[in-house]
Amino acid sequence: MEPLDIGIKFILIVVIFLISLVVAMYSTYAERKLAAFFQDRVGPNRAGPGGMFQPLADGMKMFMKEEIIPTQSSGLLFIVGPSLAIMTACIGSAVIPWGQAITIGSRVIPLQVTDINVGILYIFGEVSLGVYGIMIGGWASNNKYSLLGAIRAASQNISYEISMGLSIIALLMVTGTLSLKEITEQQHGWHWNILRQPLGFIIFIVCAFAETNRSPFDLPECETELVGGYHTEYSSMKLGFYLFAEYINMFISSAVMATLYWGGYNYPGMDWMAAHAGPVIAPLIGVAVMFAKVFAFIFFFMWVRWTIPRFRYDQLMNLGWKTLIPLAILNIVLTGLFITFL
Amino acid sequence: MEPLSNKRKVLDFKPLNLLERSYLPEIAKGLTITMKHFFKKDVTIRYPEQKREFSENFRGQHSLKRDEEGKERCTACGLCALSCPAEAITMTAAERQPGEENLYREEKYAAVYEINMLRCIFCGLCEEACPKEAIYLDGDIVPTDFLRKDFIYGKDKLVEPPLNK
Repeated sequence: MEPLDIGIKFILIVVIFLISLVVAMYSTYAERKLAAFFQDRVGPNRAGPGGMFQPLADGMKMFMKEEIIPTQSSGLLFIVGPSLAIMTACIGSAVIPWGQAITIGSRVIPLQVTDINVGILYIFGEVSLGVYGIMIGGWASNNKYSLLGAIRAASQNISYEISMGLSIIALLMVTGTLSLKEITEQQHGWHWNILRQPLGFIIFIVCAFAETNRSPFDLPECETELVGGYHTEYSSMKLGFYLFAEYINMFISSAVMATLYWGGYNYPGMDWMAAHAGPVIAPLIGVAVMFAKVFAFIFFFMWVRWTIPRFRYDQLMNLGWKTLIPLAILNIVLTGLFITFL
Repeated sequence: MEPLSNKRKVLDFKPLNLLERSYLPEIAKGLTITMKHFFKKDVTIRYPEQKREFSENFRGQHSLKRDEEGKERCTACGLCALSCPAEAITMTAAERQPGEENLYREEKYAAVYEINMLRCIFCGLCEEACPKEAIYLDGDIVPTDFLRKDFIYGKDKLVEPPLNK
């Protein structure tokens, strides 16, 4: 690798990192604003025009707050918990293809940090690591509510990871590759995987809600029963990291859904655009399309959150084990029949 | 037993079918409802900038009135204090001295007139009891404060500002 290539990669990493942080930051603002709109309210409107600086003020508040580490907690793990949560959330964006490669002169700049051939498995493994942050944090707090929240998070993630994996298997049967780049390339134009895997997508999105601990599956942090869930004992920026990790996870899973099922940066008429707009502008339009899809998914996440009440714990388990897993297996069988006979 | 009203409704709980158990139709229904609200006008009154209009008979902070020539109407008769169910009003009467005719309308006036705003229940009985039409609850909401003693409003806060001449 030439030094220039490494430099480009470095810039790309920093840019993607910053984008995911900024998106997560403004997701908190969007969440509050959208919640307000769904409830006929105004939402934050004091800090800056239309409340634009609210996330900055919130972040400032988080940094300024007193940092409390309970004496009965296990000191090191108490700090490891949120660090792990934010770290696993941040590394997920590495394998997502944000756009087609940009060609400047003879140099081809891929808009993906790394194209590993097991991209989906990487995302999958990284998502399952995310629950360790919650588990460790909940356990290290030495608080029964935190522990209950952590147990809920762990069992929920394990249950839903199975059906998520099964829904991805059906997708892999169709695509024949694990690389996210190739999966995206296959969905050129309008040949999006959602057309071939509608049931798989529904299963996947339900599981994505559960994996990111978003409503209606936000049992690990339900205030009514568990005070605050796994982050009851956390304060200051450590709490901020947990909340932040949730929003980054939401961003990443939106990006994964857009990539796997909704064509990533592909859009109808992209060939015409590539022919007319040139080798730099056309991929950037693709990036814009990708981000439009991601933001649409984030909007959907929030829309659902302010619509559906939380599932009860037994309902959650029933849905996961008795409905989603059989459906996912059915999806695999149907996909297999489809591939074999058509 | 004969039902008391015809409002009795027999519910039959059937087990959910597969579609209902997937929750998806109901979720879609809920999402359309929230989306309708998304485009509705918000009902918020942005308080410090906008204020809700009070009704005509709103009773706010008291004011001690002056007559057409700017003289205080109150004669410290004490009927307001007597009528007050919360015993929020106290006053000390004083005799008008020569030369003060432009300040007080009659020979007797209230040297001290205090209303404890924490006791006051804004019933308006003082307004009704006053024979001189000297007190009205026509002000704004009583502002907040930190100390109890600051809620005892004296004449400095209650009396109308003097007429401009």
